Amino acid sequence: MPEIRNYTLNFGPQHPAAHGVLRLVLEMDGEVIQRADPHIGLLHRATEKLAESKPYNQSIGYMDRLDYVSMMCNEHAYVMAIEKLLGIEPPIRARYIRTMFDEITRILNHMMWLGTHALDVGAMTVFLYCFREREDLMDCYEAVSGARMHATYYRPGGVYRDLPDKMPEYEVKDSKWHSADEIARRNENRKGSLLDFIEDFTRRFPGYIDEYETLLTDNRIWKQRTVGIGAVSPERAMQLGFTGPMLRGSGVAWDLRKKQPYAAYDEVDFDIPVGVNGDSYDRYLVRVEELRQSNRIIKQCVDWLRANPGPVMIDDHKIAPPRRATMKNDMEALIHHFKLFTEGYCPPPGEVYAAVEAPKGEFGCYLISDGANKPFRLKLRAPGFPHLAAMDEMVKGHMLADVVAVIGTMDIVFGEIDR
Amino acid sequence: MSENEQTTPEQRLDALTHAVQERFADKGGELHQDRGEVTLELPREVWREAAFILRDDEAFGFEELTDLCGVDYAGYGQAEWATEAASSGGFSRGAERGLEIDPHQPRRFAVVVHLLSFSKNVRLRLRTFLDTGFPVVDSLVEVWNAANWFEREAFDLFGIMFDGHPDLRRILTDYGFIGHPFRKDFPLVGEVEMRYDPEKGRVVYEPVATQPRTLVPRVIRSGKSYTPETIEKTEAPDA
Repeated sequence: MPEIRNYTLNFGPQHPAAHGVLRLVLEMDGEVIQRADPHIGLLHRATEKLAESKPYNQSIGYMDRLDYVSMMCNEHAYVMAIEKLLGIEPPIRARYIRTMFDEITRILNHMMWLGTHALDVGAMTVFLYCFREREDLMDCYEAVSGARMHATYYRPGGVYRDLPDKMPEYEVKDSKWHSADEIARRNENRKGSLLDFIEDFTRRFPGYIDEYETLLTDNRIWKQRTVGIGAVSPERAMQLGFTGPMLRGSGVAWDLRKKQPYAAYDEVDFDIPVGVNGDSYDRYLVRVEELRQSNRIIKQCVDWLRANPGPVMIDDHKIAPPRRATMKNDMEALIHHFKLFTEGYCPPPGEVYAAVEAPKGEFGCYLISDGANKPFRLKLRAPGFPHLAAMDEMVKGHMLADVVAVIGTMDIVFGEIDR
Repeated sequence: MSENEQTTPEQRLDALTHAVQERFADKGGELHQDRGEVTLELPREVWREAAFILRDDEAFGFEELTDLCGVDYAGYGQAEWATEAASSGGFSRGAERGLEIDPHQPRRFAVVVHLLSFSKNVRLRLRTFLDTGFPVVDSLVEVWNAANWFEREAFDLFGIMFDGHPDLRRILTDYGFIGHPFRKDFPLVGEVEMRYDPEKGRVVYEPVATQPRTLVPRVIRSGKSYTPETIEKTEAPDA
């Protein structure tokens, strides 16, 4: 009888199913996982240390680059922490804009997750469908901030600027690729303002979700690959520090938007889906339902924002820059602008922890100020970090192919885990 | 959980502070309340014992550890620019670039934990200060398994040891990394850089060639002008 022993398999860091730069060292018994040891840090950029060397506002852009598929939610946690330190409140319109863009971000994130998860498990079409819708939402990002992904749109005290009255359109030029008719068709829903475009999206989107569900929810292969895979009990989920859909998939009804409301979440109507079995399939159902709920929230925000114009930034020029037109005539405004951009502002000493319900879970920001214009210490609590730490427990006893399905269900993004 | 919906955050916070005061006063626990958050400072010796109480006691019920991190308090409250003196001079004359950090200062390292109770819907921050020479504290992995990677991170970045941790390895830095990069005396640009050496046919490590630079000096503006109550009423700062 030949000698049988476990062998060690190296998975990643350059493997398309590793969702970035995950290196997994797997101890295998045949095709069954005995132990999984994730090696992380290949994308470590020391964001938190970098933030200690910059005035508060200059680090907002780094937040986008943490979880680079849910950009504005990261910004939200950071600016909320600063606002708490300073003791200021953004105007109501800014809170609604943030709520709307948080939900747009949630859809962006869940689209990315659904597409890649399905791709890993073997369904190509869903990936293409999801990326089609992501385009529209990234156009919304671009319309408000000028950047498709790394927006730096949220600022302490509000948002950078109000929503544009005009949605940018595709240009009709001599194109080898698109006929004038086609471009005109693509511009059809871009004739109005950004809010018109978003409203049009919220009308179309439930139909799109039905498309994904037709492809997956009752799909035999999808269910074989996800039902009963990576099941976590509610007790273990809490022990392991799970948050977000990972926790709700296990049946714990916990959502910061409901339990500790921020922005305008206590003024909009939505439901929290909760799973039953805590396996990959339940987490899939939870996230798909979250897409529908996000759509509902966006619709309500659009209606509110249409009816209620107003300021989107606080009127305190020690924290928010004065208007450019004012600076041309007013000496004090000019000085404020100069001091704000060369030195920043000094929050009073203290420490705060602000958390948002990011698409992946609780994204927290722990800030210590010693009264200087730069943070003394910034700690970012990335939801994916404890999720990935549970990798060993979740894949033990599963087959090698299930590792990919579990990575998919965790919604891993290395920008936030490695920071 | 239904009872939470009737209570306000303030009521929940009050209940928590009372329970904490009652339970931890005799253990040397110090309670701070600031901006609607509660911080409990504990002596290092009762760290794990207190964690068990906070998890299991009916009055607390902190089921989840959301975050654990190290903090290096070296250089706390130091500025690079004496604002008063520099008002008549300018940045180049006023600023002392780089902070003077005393690596032996007492109460330099701390471990900070953020706890969350789902049943009570409250958060609590725990902090314990460690010895500067050999920062070590009991591990919380057996209380909350989530602490595992967070403690590895604090060890990696700050060199804080966790007694009883099952697998205290580096986690974020490179294989074979030397030093603890988030300590305040570790330079922002790092100590070594790497490149591919075509002659040797492999990657080599060398001391960094870049110089650290300060673009915006670290400034502390004290006084009432920056507190939330007076922030709108004051004139422009010394410009």
